[in-house]
Amino acid sequence: MRILIVEDDDVLRDGLVAGLSLAGFTSEAVATRAEGEAALEAGGFSGVVLDFMLPDGSGLDLLARLRARGSTLPVLMLTARDRPHDRVAGLDGGADDYLGKPFDLEELAARLRAILRRAEGRADGRISWNGLLLDPAKMEGEIDGEVQTFSPKEFAVLRALLERPGAVLGKSALEERLYGWQEGVESNTVEVHIHRLRAKLRAGFIETVRGAGYRLAPEVLRKIV
Amino acid sequence: MSMRLRLFLILVLATGTVWASAVLWTRARTEAHVERVLDTRLSEAARMVASLVADNSIDLEAAAGVVEGGGKETTFATAADYEHRLSCQIWSVEGGLLGQSEGAPDGRLSSSSSGFSTSEVDGQAWRVYTAEDPDLGIRVMVADTMAMRENLVGSIITALVLPAGLVLPALVGLIWISLGQGLAPLDRVARVLSSRSASDLTPLPDEHAASEVQPLIEGLNGLMTRVASARESERTFTAFAAHELKTPLSGLKTQAQVAAMSPDPATKDWALVQIQKAVDRTDRMVRQLLDMAAVEAEVKEADEHPGSIASHLAGVVEDLASLARVKGLALHADLKESCVLQCSRPLLLGIAVRNLLENAFAAAPHGSEVALTMQPVEEGRRCAIRVRDHGPGIPADEVALVTRRFVRGRQAQGTGSGLGLAIVDLAVERLGGRLALGPAEGGGLLAEIVLPCLSGRSGQAMPDLQTSLAS
Repeated sequence: MRILIVEDDDVLRDGLVAGLSLAGFTSEAVATRAEGEAALEAGGFSGVVLDFMLPDGSGLDLLARLRARGSTLPVLMLTARDRPHDRVAGLDGGADDYLGKPFDLEELAARLRAILRRAEGRADGRISWNGLLLDPAKMEGEIDGEVQTFSPKEFAVLRALLERPGAVLGKSALEERLYGWQEGVESNTVEVHIHRLRAKLRAGFIETVRGAGYRLAPEVLRKIV
Repeated sequence: MSMRLRLFLILVLATGTVWASAVLWTRARTEAHVERVLDTRLSEAARMVASLVADNSIDLEAAAGVVEGGGKETTFATAADYEHRLSCQIWSVEGGLLGQSEGAPDGRLSSSSSGFSTSEVDGQAWRVYTAEDPDLGIRVMVADTMAMRENLVGSIITALVLPAGLVLPALVGLIWISLGQGLAPLDRVARVLSSRSASDLTPLPDEHAASEVQPLIEGLNGLMTRVASARESERTFTAFAAHELKTPLSGLKTQAQVAAMSPDPATKDWALVQIQKAVDRTDRMVRQLLDMAAVEAEVKEADEHPGSIASHLAGVVEDLASLARVKGLALHADLKESCVLQCSRPLLLGIAVRNLLENAFAAAPHGSEVALTMQPVEEGRRCAIRVRDHGPGIPADEVALVTRRFVRGRQAQGTGSGLGLAIVDLAVERLGGRLALGPAEGGGLLAEIVLPCLSGRSGQAMPDLQTSLAS
């Protein structure tokens, strides 16, 4: 789940990147409206965390332009001004949710998960695939009656594969999901995380497509005994 | 004392004085007039008696009696109060009483030989006219009593004062009521004001106000408009300040949570560094808010001695030298030229220059130079203080905006409060100077403050303040 963060305060921006990565999100952060628009043009984001006041304009303007293009990308607005009429302006301006500063990281992550879930059309917060019931809020999954917990990076890789089950994700695409952590992405990091995931999940849950990347094995309909 | 009572007492006193003066004047006039009329009658009566005696047509006793009947009919015949008689005595020149009228006293009426005189006979004061006829050897004396005369004058005055005594209370009442009516417009304003709550700053209605009250209402309305706008700007400022503090606080909280949650020591350390950064920034913002409040309150600097601009700026430069070193900047302060100039408000000046320098530090790239210079302009009546950096500068279309509160330029990287230049602008305005921002030759921003100065102490040697604080 790649999130675009548009926030001009550098300490907060840095904190958001680190905090969201701890919650299993991958994020890219920019400081101005212009940079935000450029990043959105490039695409590849599942959601946006958008500051209301930016040095070169209002976050609302950026949002209006995004919606005018017909994008339904989930957007959560952050603002120091959280009086009711500001919230109304934000929500009516196309935001999916609204959070006043200062906020709680866990609440931000939960709200992000909620608007992403709604955008994916799921009623349940948990994701089910091939016998795995993944709970994004706790970053843990239940498979074959056993509860497995994942590290943020493992979770980010798994979440990326679960976005479009069956589709092949290249190594570089997965690396992109890991981008944003303070430490650089080592060349073998993706392999390491896939390896750990395979150990925690049932063998054959993740398939290697030689020369292309990884994908989740197709769902097996289990017979009801 | 109420205005109504005050006016009432003044009016009653004035009216009373006028009435009393009128009565006194009338009394004096009446007395003089009555005396003249009655004296004339006395002399006429005396001469008449004398001529009757001279004609020998009547005996002396009867001649003396003539005056009594005549007097009764000639004056005030209808008024019983004023009924009186003239008294007449006829004396021989040798001193024997020849005859007298019925009402005359027994004693001699006058000792004078002729003309008017006043005497007291049998305990009564008399006004006497003596007519002497040397041919017949007689003196005819005709007299009336002074009591009668005073009675007459008294009656006239009573007739005057009595109605006044009745009218005066009515007049007093009328004055009291009129004053109430006359002061009604003021009462209305007072009632409207006293019925309002202290926070109600809406203008008073003035369409029906009296022309004398109009300036009062206009003055009050003007004052209330000013108070309302001051209060509004204060409210806006407070709201803005609170909101602006929320972003650094949010950064602090997020980084603190990251530090608490992250299992990775490197991430924890990084978050702690960020927290320190956010605390520094929040601290600066709070200081700027206090600066703003100080400049706005226009604190009287009675305890601060006006010193030379150069020595005040040297203090600011000293304070900021370590910050420049930390940021890897060279701070050049050339304050030698104008050390004779004086500035009357060192606090405001210090705040303005410190904020300009801090702004320059924020914009200047690592390793570059920030210069602070000053020089007298307009033949020493003004002083130009310039701060120059090698940063990105301020785009021309933003120059007018950046001095507004909480406005950050596009180049500002989101690290400032958006207050710095607003504080400088306000402080310089309070100092009676002006702030100009423009591109510097060779890139960067040139900020110039031009201030009016007190006359310089020319010729006084100041230490050389040219300093170069390189990193």
